Amino acid sequence: MTLIETFLESLGTLTLNKTRTGLAVLGIVIGIGSVIALVSLGQATQLSIQNQIESLGANLLTVNPGAPRTGAVRGAPGSDTTLTDEDATAIAASSQITTINSVSPEYSGRTQITTAGNNTNSSVIGAVSTYLTIHKLTIDSGRFISDTDNVNMSKVAVMGPTVALTLFPDGSSPIGQNIRIKGQTFTVIGVTVAKGGNGFNNVDNLIYIPLSTAQKQIFGVDYLSSIAIEAKSSDIMTTAQDEVGYFLLARHKISDPTKADFTIMSQQDILNTVSSTTGTFTALLSGIAAISLLVGGIGIMNIMLVTVTERTREIGLRKALGAKKTTITTQFLTESIILTFTGGIIGIILGIIISFVVAKLLGTLFFVSPGSILLAFVVSAGIGILFGWYPAKRASNLQPIEALRYE
Amino acid sequence: MVKSIIHASHLSKIYRTDIVETVALDDVSFDIQKGEFVAIMGPSGSGKSTLMHILGALDKPTTGEYILDGEEVENLSDDELSDIRNRKIGFVFQAFNLLPRTTALKNVMLPMAYADIPKEEREAIAIKYLKMVGLGDRMYHTSNQISGGQQQRVAIARSLVMNPALILADEPTGNIATAQAEEIMAIFQQLNDDGHTIVMITHEPDIAQHAKRIIHIRDGKIAEDSISHQQRIIKKTKSSK
Repeated sequence: MTLIETFLESLGTLTLNKTRTGLAVLGIVIGIGSVIALVSLGQATQLSIQNQIESLGANLLTVNPGAPRTGAVRGAPGSDTTLTDEDATAIAASSQITTINSVSPEYSGRTQITTAGNNTNSSVIGAVSTYLTIHKLTIDSGRFISDTDNVNMSKVAVMGPTVALTLFPDGSSPIGQNIRIKGQTFTVIGVTVAKGGNGFNNVDNLIYIPLSTAQKQIFGVDYLSSIAIEAKSSDIMTTAQDEVGYFLLARHKISDPTKADFTIMSQQDILNTVSSTTGTFTALLSGIAAISLLVGGIGIMNIMLVTVTERTREIGLRKALGAKKTTITTQFLTESIILTFTGGIIGIILGIIISFVVAKLLGTLFFVSPGSILLAFVVSAGIGILFGWYPAKRASNLQPIEALRYE
Repeated sequence: MVKSIIHASHLSKIYRTDIVETVALDDVSFDIQKGEFVAIMGPSGSGKSTLMHILGALDKPTTGEYILDGEEVENLSDDELSDIRNRKIGFVFQAFNLLPRTTALKNVMLPMAYADIPKEEREAIAIKYLKMVGLGDRMYHTSNQISGGQQQRVAIARSLVMNPALILADEPTGNIATAQAEEIMAIFQQLNDDGHTIVMITHEPDIAQHAKRIIHIRDGKIAEDSISHQQRIIKKTKSSK
């Protein structure tokens, strides 16, 4: 018998018992579908976060106070007081540091913001004029904080579009209106362009005020929570990181780099950390999906074993009429491969639909990697062979008389 | 000497379990020549089914020699036995054993598929034999859409397509109404007249009378090997003329 004939005959047999065939296929559909959907979601999330971080600036260095700690444990920003305005000024003025463009000293803290009728709790960032370019922000209306604002310790504020909408829900322009930050009245002078992003790191949900005002009037501190530095290009990040690092070590009179009282991270470092986290997350999801795929495969094996028992007489007859062991094995293997392949294809389609719907609902990227489709395809065929093998072998080893006698 | 289709010599079959040893077939020897129509008779438990399985290359004897149409059968592997059954033996079973929900035509074509005969040829041969057994108008009916007698005729057509050396029928009328059973026997007799060698297992004496020679099996041994009553009448008529 040719392979095409075997294929057609198996197809015919499978359509005879539609309910059972359907149920067997369903197991694989769910398995493959969830693999595709979960892997896609994981990868889409990873991609979204990467895009977001990259949009914050690929040549950005961030100096945080506090010693670099091993592992994932790091003190909360602001818990150390080792970075000062003078550090920032010195970095900007230093002739030893040749690889950087500009420096932005920053202080951020959370506090209550109110207007006449609304209030919100959001991060307030004390910034200087260089903040805008270093963090790749754009002003939608009004203006950003100027050097004069900082010198005069002006009570002016620039807000992200999300904050603007929360505080002024009627859609009126916030420019020129007053808001209260920790009980003190500020005049809104600008609104930034929406940058997108969700959950953590949402730059649309921030309020910017002059650094000097933030330190002295609002939070009562004389140190910085971070210094953002823009390197001249993203290729020389390591050099820039070293230059700034050694400069600060010298300034802080620390000879042993492992005892540094600050941490310098590049955007790439953050990206790597996040990637490894989301990578673990994706792997975890894939693992769960793989288990459901395994269960689906066992389902196929179960159905095939039932089929072999049920068709014992038929197998006996076929052997009596001249079917060889390999013929019977091929026939049953073909059936299980058809089952898993059909399940695989439907599962891939279902998985793509699910990832599309979820992406739309969550507003994340819709992304299905060709790799995961290929993997699903190979895996489903593999499961057909793996779990179909034992029942097929059992069928081919049936003795024709035993099989013919079987009632 | 005419070459025997079946040469069985000292066939024994012993079933062993942990506790008992059952001798199903005890030193049986006989020959069947081309063109014979032999009925093997015996009560249940006599060993006739065991003998039929050995003759059908479905089982191997414990000891003894079995030559089917010039080929030694007793030492072949499973796959070689499949091949022998496919080429040399046409089976007709008591329970018909057609593929369920499959057309008569496809059922008849099945043995040829295992012999790798091209598909177009298969169909032509199958149609020829279905017409021969009088089912030219039932070729596309599935096995559950036709009567028992018709199913058995499909099975007979199936047994013929490989032009086997031996047609082996196991209680071919056991599941069929009497009137239809006569039709089936008429087909067998016609086939025998055309030169086919037929071995039929049965426990019904009147069915056995359609054969030319009857072998009685009792307790695993040949109790009697004689020409049938019908043959005696024919012979008597011939000699009295």
